[in-house]
Amino acid sequence: MSGPAFTIARATPESRIALVFALLGLLALATGPYWMDRNSMRLVGEFLIYLGLASLWNLLAGYAGLVSVGQQAYVGFGGYVLFGCAMFLGVPPLLAVPIAGATAALLSIPVSYLVFRLKGAYFAIGTWVVAEVFMLLASQWQAMGGGSGVSLPIAIVRSIGSTRDMREQMIYWTTLGVTVAVLIAVYLLLRSRWGLALQAIRDSEVAAESSGVSVASAKRLLYVVACAGAAMIGSLIFMAKLRISPSSAFSVNDWTAFVIFITVIGGIGRIEGPVIGTILFFLLRETLSDLGASYLIVLGCVAVAIMLFAPKGIWGLVQDKFGWQLFPVGRRLILNTNKEGA
Amino acid sequence: MVWVNAIVQGILVGGLYALFAAGLSLIFGVMRLVNIAHGDLIVLAAYMALTCVTLTDLNPLLAIFVVAPFSALAGYAFQRLLFNRTLGADILPPLLVSFGLSVIIQNALLQIYSADSRKLNAGGIEIASIPIVQGLSIGVLPLLMFVTAILTIGALQFMFYATPLGRALRATSDDQDVARLMGYDNKHLYAIAMAISLAVVAIAGIFLAVRTNFDPALGPQRLIFGFEAVIIGGLGNLWGTLAGGVILGVAQALGAMIDPGWQLLAGHLVFLAILAFRPEGLFPRVDG
Repeated sequence: MSGPAFTIARATPESRIALVFALLGLLALATGPYWMDRNSMRLVGEFLIYLGLASLWNLLAGYAGLVSVGQQAYVGFGGYVLFGCAMFLGVPPLLAVPIAGATAALLSIPVSYLVFRLKGAYFAIGTWVVAEVFMLLASQWQAMGGGSGVSLPIAIVRSIGSTRDMREQMIYWTTLGVTVAVLIAVYLLLRSRWGLALQAIRDSEVAAESSGVSVASAKRLLYVVACAGAAMIGSLIFMAKLRISPSSAFSVNDWTAFVIFITVIGGIGRIEGPVIGTILFFLLRETLSDLGASYLIVLGCVAVAIMLFAPKGIWGLVQDKFGWQLFPVGRRLILNTNKEGA
Repeated sequence: MVWVNAIVQGILVGGLYALFAAGLSLIFGVMRLVNIAHGDLIVLAAYMALTCVTLTDLNPLLAIFVVAPFSALAGYAFQRLLFNRTLGADILPPLLVSFGLSVIIQNALLQIYSADSRKLNAGGIEIASIPIVQGLSIGVLPLLMFVTAILTIGALQFMFYATPLGRALRATSDDQDVARLMGYDNKHLYAIAMAISLAVVAIAGIFLAVRTNFDPALGPQRLIFGFEAVIIGGLGNLWGTLAGGVILGVAQALGAMIDPGWQLLAGHLVFLAILAFRPEGLFPRVDG
C-alpha cells in the first residue's frame, strides 16, 4: 500500500498573501472611525455598499446566468422595511437590518416562481417590472409619505446613537459587518457543493443538469441569498440617508446600473471582479465627478468596450496573464511525481 | 358610459404599445437579442423628430418620412458595428452591451436636450375627434395611431411570410448555420432586421412625442410596456403582440378609472397574472 499519487489543494501561494492583505485591510477599515474624517468614512461606507451589492449581483449573473435588472426592488424593500419597523413597530433600527434580510428572503421565494418563468434577457426585464411594481406600491403607502417619501423621526435617529458621531460610527460598523458577512457568505457558498453546482451551471446548464445538479433549486437558492443581502444593504443605505422616497429607494441607476458596470468592468463570474470593479468605479467617480451626466456616458462606454473586447473584465485579463487566484473557489490536483514507486 | 369610454381609449393607446413592442419582438425573433436600449431608442427618435421639426417647420407626422430612414440606417450601422460582435451562445454580452447603450443614450439626451419635458405639436389633428354616441367620441390622432399600428404589423407580417427577405430572416432564425450554408449572409440579415426594427421605433417615437410630454428618462418604461405587450400576446406572434398591447392599454385605462395611482400598477398586475397563469402568453405561436 502506498499513499495516493496526488493531493488536492485549494489555496495558492498568492491566495495566502491575499488573505493576509484582506485581514490587514479589514483591520484598517474596522478601526476606521478612529483615524478617518467624516467624509472619508462616508466614502468608505458607500464603497462597502457597492462592493456588497456588486458581489451579490455577480453571484446571480456571473454564476447562475440570472441577469437581474431589478435588484433595486430589494434594496428599496429593505429600506422601507427599516422605516416601517422603526416607525410603526418600535423596532431598534439596527435590529431591523436582519429583519429586512429575512422578510426579503421570504418575499423573494414567490417572486422567483414568477420571474423564473422568463429566460435570459426576458428574465432581466421581468425583474425590472417587479421592481416597478414595488416602487408603485411604495408610492401608494400613504403612511410613508406616498410618492414624496418620509424622513426618519428624530427620536428614532437618536436611538441609533445619541450624537451624530456615535450614530455615524454605528452605521459604519454595521455596514462593514454586513458587507464582510455578504462577502464571506458568497465565498463560502461558492466553495460549498452548491458552489460547485453553480459553476457547473455557469459552464453548461445542460451538462450540469445531466450530472445530477438540480439547476432550478440551485438558482432559487442563489436568488434568495442575493435578495436577502440586497435588502440588508438597502436598509443600511437608507439608515445612513435618514430619508426614503420611492424614486430613490427603487432607483435603477443607483442600485443596478452602477452595480452592473462595476461587475462587468472588474470581471464578471470571478469573485475578485467586484472588488477590482468597485475600486476602479470609485477612482473614476472621484476623478470624473465634475462631468455630471457625461460621467455616466463615460462609464457606460467603458463597460460596453470591456464587454466587447475583454468580456472577462479587468480581473480576467490579469488572471490570463499571471494565473492568479486570490480567493480560490475551485480545487487543484497536484501529482506527487517525486515519490518513488507509487 | 365613462367605463366604455375608458375601454375604447385604452384600446387605442394599445396600438401605440404594440408599436413599442413590434420592433422588440422582431429582433428577438430573428436573432434572440433583447435590446434593453429599445425604449431609449424610441425616445431618441422622438428627439430626432423634435430637432427635425424645429429645423424645418415640418408637420411632426410628416417628419416620420425623414426620421424613419435615418433611424433605419443608424440601426444597420449599430448592428454591424456593435451587436453583431456580441452574438453567440453566451447571453450576457448582448444584454449588457444594450444595457450600457441604454444608459449612454439617456445621459447623452440629458446632456443635449436637458431634463425639461418636451412635446411635438401636430396642430388641429390633436383635438379633432369623431363623435360616436353621446359621451363617447374617438380622437382622430389616437385612431390614426391605432390604424398605423395595424398597418405596421400587417406590413411586418407580410414581409416575414410573403417575401424573399422574410424567408431569409426566418431561415436564419431557425438555424443560422444551415442558413449560412444556403448562402445567406447572416450579419447583413441581422443588420437589415435591426434597421426594420428601428424604422418601427421611429414611427413609435413620433407618435409618443405627439401624444404626450417626453423627457430623456422615459425610455425604460416604454421598453417595459413593449415587453409586457410581447409576453401577454405570446412570443413570436405579431398579431398577438397587438392584442397584448390592447390588453395592456385597457388595463391601464381601467386602473386609472379606479385611482390615478393605479394606472401603471394595473398594467403590471395583468402582466404578472399572465406570467403566473399562462406563461406562454394568450396567443402563442403554433409551429407547424
